[in-house]
Amino acid sequence: MSRVRVLVGTKKGAFVLSADGTRKDWDVSGPFFAGWEIYHVKGSAVEPNRVWASQSSGWFGQMIQRSDDGGATWGPVGNRFAYEGVPGTHQWYDGTPHPWEFKRVWHLEPSLTDADTVYAGVEDAALFRSADGGATWEELAGLRGHGSGPHWQPGAGGMCLHTILLDPSNQERMYIAISAAGTFRTDDGGKNWKPINKGLVSNFMPDPTAEVGHCVHHVAMHRARPEVLFMQKHWDVMRSDDAGENWREVSGNLPTDFGFAIDVHAHEPETLYVVPIKSDSEHFPPEGKLRVYRSRTGGNEWEALTKGLPQKDCYVNVLRDAMAVDELEECGVYFGTTGGQVYGSADAGDNWTPIVRDLPAVLSVEVQTIP
Amino acid sequence: MTEKGASTPGTGEGGGAAAIRVILPQHLRTLTGLDGEVALELREPVTVRRVLDALEARYPVLRGTIREYGTGQRRAFLRFFACETDWTHEGMDAELPAPVAEGREPLLIIGAIAGG
Repeated sequence: MSRVRVLVGTKKGAFVLSADGTRKDWDVSGPFFAGWEIYHVKGSAVEPNRVWASQSSGWFGQMIQRSDDGGATWGPVGNRFAYEGVPGTHQWYDGTPHPWEFKRVWHLEPSLTDADTVYAGVEDAALFRSADGGATWEELAGLRGHGSGPHWQPGAGGMCLHTILLDPSNQERMYIAISAAGTFRTDDGGKNWKPINKGLVSNFMPDPTAEVGHCVHHVAMHRARPEVLFMQKHWDVMRSDDAGENWREVSGNLPTDFGFAIDVHAHEPETLYVVPIKSDSEHFPPEGKLRVYRSRTGGNEWEALTKGLPQKDCYVNVLRDAMAVDELEECGVYFGTTGGQVYGSADAGDNWTPIVRDLPAVLSVEVQTIP
Repeated sequence: MTEKGASTPGTGEGGGAAAIRVILPQHLRTLTGLDGEVALELREPVTVRRVLDALEARYPVLRGTIREYGTGQRRAFLRFFACETDWTHEGMDAELPAPVAEGREPLLIIGAIAGG
């Protein structure tokens, strides 16, 4: 029987939650790297026992950890992230130029074809790649160098490259997203990039439809249809059917279109999940009710999923990388909260149960389906 | 307590080697797998820079955790204490006090008390 492994990054360590395909009884291991912020943990699709973790600390900087036994044991790999050439400047919060400074790795995306290759999205926003199992890292500098970099500005959480999507049908194509610059695409393996933000409207910007400057919170795709993208923006849930060339809003009947997390059902490319959050000044669910919203129509028409989720006095947040799906026949959906709960649904969101309730604030959730 | 600057001037590369004692903050001890102090054989002059060079040579995992890559600057939330004296701003190349250079007192690397 297949198994699932839920990889959880928190403010104070990493946790691995494991279960068989019934997803009823969970084994919880951790904390790994106790006391450190674990922004992201993700396993390789090529070699599932290879798992990467971004471990960071305001005191001690950035570490990258790698496990080759499914998260049971870990070892540090290379942690030097040097921008290529003279880094230059981006805009600071007040619009003045500010030098690019490496702060941390937000997201690790293992290659779909090579277990030794992994991408890292970092703050201040840049994309790095290691092709030697994490020993060394090189910047894909064409992203920052394509021209608009000096106009990028940090979001409230910092100027982070938080989303990396690899096109499973085209090794040369990938998408990334930066808060607050927007979404970008490369069609030549990372050498050249173009902003793909047409259709986004951000009213906080002097030019609400500018080519860059949008606070994109997360982007998701279904692997069978990689030209279709779904985005949770600062405000607005968006969709593109042409690899990001054009976007249209699909917020529809959501109670609020602010939020962070978004994901797609493993087997139904038109089934989406978001967790609406009240506003950018009140980072908790509307009315104190924790609700996942599901659309089975690719957006616009949404239904609230509430069974098993707290429907009163709930004031947690669900961060951008804290939702994931498994690939079992009945798709499982998982998300973590800043209150330390990780909820799972073994029936595509109809019913939810807490796998764990009292972890440190959850920063990220990823899932591996192990044959 | 030994006052700052009480160390004997270094004798350069020709000086004798001493076992310098270093106490790391807990998170760095965990990274290195250390239970207690580190002892480093180091010739004079004994400075923070040379202690850190030796420390990182023995424990490469510490690279980037105490000093920034590239600039080599101390990370902002770390401080150095020697003989109960804050040595943080003495400069990387200032000679440490004799009790530290002679291994009678440890060099403490401390994470600033800040945040949660």
